[in-house]
Amino acid sequence: MSAPFHILHTLFDTVFDVLPIVIIIFGFQLLVIRRPIPNLRKVVFGFVYVLLGLAFFLEGLEIALFPIGKLMAQQLTDPAFIYGQVESAIQTMQWRDYVYVYVFAAAIGFSTTIAEPALLAVAIKAKEVSAGAISIWGLRIAVAIGAGLGVALGTFRIVTGTPLHYFIIAGYIIVIIQTAFAPKTIIALAYDSGGVTTSTVTVPLVTALGLGLASTVPGRSALLDGFGLIAFTCLFPIITVMGYAQISEWRQKVASKRTHSTGE
Amino acid sequence: MDGINSYLYILYGYSVRVQTGIQVKDFLLPFLRSLLDSLRDLLPIILVISFFQLVILQQPIPNLAEILYGTFLVVLGLTLFVQGLEMGLFPIGETMAYAFARKGSLFWLLAFAFSLGFGTTVAEPALIAVAEEASEIAAAGGAIENTPAAMESYADGLRYTVALSVGFAILIGVIRILYGWPIQYLIITGYIGVVIMTMFAPKEIIGIAYDSGGVTTSTITVPLVAALGVGLASSIKGRNPMTDGFGLIAFASLTPMIFVMGYGMLIG
Repeated sequence: MSAPFHILHTLFDTVFDVLPIVIIIFGFQLLVIRRPIPNLRKVVFGFVYVLLGLAFFLEGLEIALFPIGKLMAQQLTDPAFIYGQVESAIQTMQWRDYVYVYVFAAAIGFSTTIAEPALLAVAIKAKEVSAGAISIWGLRIAVAIGAGLGVALGTFRIVTGTPLHYFIIAGYIIVIIQTAFAPKTIIALAYDSGGVTTSTVTVPLVTALGLGLASTVPGRSALLDGFGLIAFTCLFPIITVMGYAQISEWRQKVASKRTHSTGE
Repeated sequence: MDGINSYLYILYGYSVRVQTGIQVKDFLLPFLRSLLDSLRDLLPIILVISFFQLVILQQPIPNLAEILYGTFLVVLGLTLFVQGLEMGLFPIGETMAYAFARKGSLFWLLAFAFSLGFGTTVAEPALIAVAEEASEIAAAGGAIENTPAAMESYADGLRYTVALSVGFAILIGVIRILYGWPIQYLIITGYIGVVIMTMFAPKEIIGIAYDSGGVTTSTITVPLVAALGVGLASSIKGRNPMTDGFGLIAFASLTPMIFVMGYGMLIG
């Protein structure tokens, strides 16, 4: 298929995906609210930009990122790469042999989260609402560190075969403890940041990594153990975003104490 | 920057000026700047992929021309998306929140909240893919018959279950904003629900259930829902947009876990 034709195909798919949203919004606007939309022209143009932007974005990911990212996930989890030439080593696999996989998992979790448009949208909104107290990059980096940690720990779980819910329940307990101590204003945003992380860019690559790993590690099945990475990617940003708020609150306290004591 | 500006002026300036009457620097420079911002957003991925490909796997980068073209599309797409976000998605989400708050009809607000959650999830491609994989697992595990028809009805059932759960999540989330309930009590109750369901749900469904929370929140739903929440919280007296406005997405990634495990228990 030629490139311009394929882009049209992607655009058509995007329009089709967005159609229910457009119908709901304009349906409620026309039938229930029954008021003209202010700046209608601008809003319609905005929707067109969003559609075009998303179509280009997805098309570009399909061309540039997904093939090489998925191939890489396969190659890094391939026993031939992990053990070099020694075929017999497969019987004596250990979780330490997968160290490159964990590093790759953390790096890909971090970097795809930075590029996630949904996270950018929430970060823009959070900066606006907090009157600049929460910076766009501060939030994005805190979420991305969480996602990187989550994917790395998730690959470790696939390699060792520990039941998924042990990790998730432990994560929940940390979230509950942090909630008791974190600044009240950050809690809702922190809980949101979990769901925001896993979207267009992150899900396909992380899924490929999980399936690749589960189908090559001896004793794992792609069907049963391939799932769960997305859940890790969702959970850990909650912890790091609350941690980010706790650290900045603590630093402010220390700074204000210092200026207070020098002022006297 | 002056050199670039005059160069672009020569390229595009004439038509831009004639059509809109705007100076080229007002139009093109912000666009160029946001292109650069998008490129910076992508830089980490480019670095990670190149490093692993060249240093760890020690292989050349295949189809360099194609990758450059794809990267250009991604950068352009991200730039247009952010532009459209500020022009279209954020304003419409907030305008509708204000309109519903002024109208004062709880029923219609909740109907809108539910439809937004349900309607944006039911057609989500990531969810359709996950539901298909889940039906394969169920068939392989013997929970359903190993026929295409049984698998399709299982996948459809799962998809509608998740969509229902997201509709329900946005509805609960909006009620929470209206009454100003602290979010942590609801979310922690949800966590306890997840843990209890995990003990009783069939083992094969747990991984899918946990993942389904993450795949439901798409790139267009998130900004709309965030704008709706913040808009509602700022138009209702006594609500703080920061503590009350956020949190809708958190519900949308929590309820699918509980609903999907429930679905697995009913079918299995």
